[in-house]
Amino acid sequence: MATPLRREDVAKVAKLARLSLSEEELDTFTEQLGQILEHANDIAALNLDDIVATAHPFGLINVVRDDILVPCLPVDDVLGMAPDAEDGRFAVPRIMGEAP
Amino acid sequence: MKSAVEIVRDIKQGATTASAELERSLEAIHARNEELNVFVHVDETAARETAARIDERVVQGEDPGALAGVPIALKDNLCRIGVPTTAGSRILEGWKPPYSATVVDLLLAAGAVPVGTTNMDEFAMGSSTETSYYGPTRNPLDPSRVPGGSSGGSAAAVAAGMTPISLGSDTGGSIRQPAALCGIVGVKPTYGLVSRYGLIAFASSLDQIGPFATNVTDAALVLETIAGHDPRDSTSLPEPAPSLVSVIESGVAGKRVALVRELVDGADADVVDAVQRAADALREAGATIVELSIPECRLGLSAYYLIAPAEASSNLARYDGVRYGLRVDAEDVSAMNEATRTLGFGAEVKRRIMLGTYALSAGYYDAYYGQALKVRTQMIDAFRSAYREADVLLGATAPSVAFKFGEKMSNPLAMYLSDVFTIPTNLAGDAAISVPFGTGEAGLPIGVQLLGPGRSEAQLFAAGRVLELARESS
Repeated sequence: MATPLRREDVAKVAKLARLSLSEEELDTFTEQLGQILEHANDIAALNLDDIVATAHPFGLINVVRDDILVPCLPVDDVLGMAPDAEDGRFAVPRIMGEAP
Repeated sequence: MKSAVEIVRDIKQGATTASAELERSLEAIHARNEELNVFVHVDETAARETAARIDERVVQGEDPGALAGVPIALKDNLCRIGVPTTAGSRILEGWKPPYSATVVDLLLAAGAVPVGTTNMDEFAMGSSTETSYYGPTRNPLDPSRVPGGSSGGSAAAVAAGMTPISLGSDTGGSIRQPAALCGIVGVKPTYGLVSRYGLIAFASSLDQIGPFATNVTDAALVLETIAGHDPRDSTSLPEPAPSLVSVIESGVAGKRVALVRELVDGADADVVDAVQRAADALREAGATIVELSIPECRLGLSAYYLIAPAEASSNLARYDGVRYGLRVDAEDVSAMNEATRTLGFGAEVKRRIMLGTYALSAGYYDAYYGQALKVRTQMIDAFRSAYREADVLLGATAPSVAFKFGEKMSNPLAMYLSDVFTIPTNLAGDAAISVPFGTGEAGLPIGVQLLGPGRSEAQLFAAGRVLELARESS
């Protein structure tokens, strides 16, 4: 059985999921997610050691096709959807810190 | 409102035109869309052009297609080239897809006329449309109540007579539950029967596109049109679309129908009563009725609310403000990602992303996600055994009739329980259909659910047709 969800657990997953939460949201989500996980403890507590996990209803097989060139989406259409683009590329704010 | 079958017949006979049918549909939309918030986007000009092309084909003596001139509403998570598609989220506000979903291409090729996109819970996460960034949809039968969700707009469009048919997507009941709450037919096809190419992903191992209609035959006609192998969806089944309409009058004589205890337990008394009467109607039509218990169903909700959020947390990682959709500027790229997602996603989506991230995180993976996947195996095995005992399973679609706004919004777990009877089918990858049968509290409709193994759609439609006939004669 897993341990009850703590406020710092929620703060950690929010950070991992790139979400910022206010103090108030942190309280609300901790309570709500705690309730859902408590409900899920019915399966967390089961002994299923002999059961094989199923990630997909019919099992996934790798599908391949012949290596034939087909047209892709026009680059201008795709970059046209982007919040910012430059020289045929997506543009983002700076990624690295300042050089020391 | 005319059925889709009637519209196609009349158009082919020259008794009406696609343009005239479209105007009727647009009038119904103008009359009530402001009140009900069914459509988030109506594309009148494009729809008129499409209808005119159908009429031109009829004049030229060409076959205008199996859905010639039938107005159709599309859930706002089905991509159509150049048409704003938001999945009910602020993060995609104003986004126009650069390509169309396979189902959209198939509908257009069959002569259907898309009139617009319908409101939905944000990223299909919800059972009432209340999580939509664009405001909730109201139930046309009682505007103080929800239409169900997540495909609430598509269900309401048909229930309000705005279009005879529509498409939704069903990850844990998002077609069947709103169909039940709005008094119409809704189908969750076998996983892989309908291509998911161009469907904005929520939980990829559970998502499936399916139809809404006022009657079983129309629903079968739409499913025939959109089903079939698609090389662009590696999970799509290898075979072409099945024949459904031609065998819809096959009946249930000699079939074994099992009333499943866990698919009615906890439902309101009037819902249980409707399911019992549905069993009686099937018996009168020649089916053998047995009772069956599938205890694994009780674990479905927990397994689903770990698996679906886990897949969603991964699928929704793509909304990072880089390639499309909203961007909130910030000093560096990480801060931009975070500011964008924080503003762009609503509370329910954040809840599920965090739940999924937690269920997949080191130290909890085995206890939650890993266990849920094993329960999924048990669910599949349990249904497989049940289908050795019975051809069709019978239960309720939703535990109650349509509920009031705000009733379940502060308690996510209570909202999740709306899907307790529909979730097992998605976990098993099987097929199910919800058919209106009787009314309950305040005269509101009740839906009963018919479930079958993968690829059993023909049998489910035939059984649904039996219930429809029983309803009409009662």
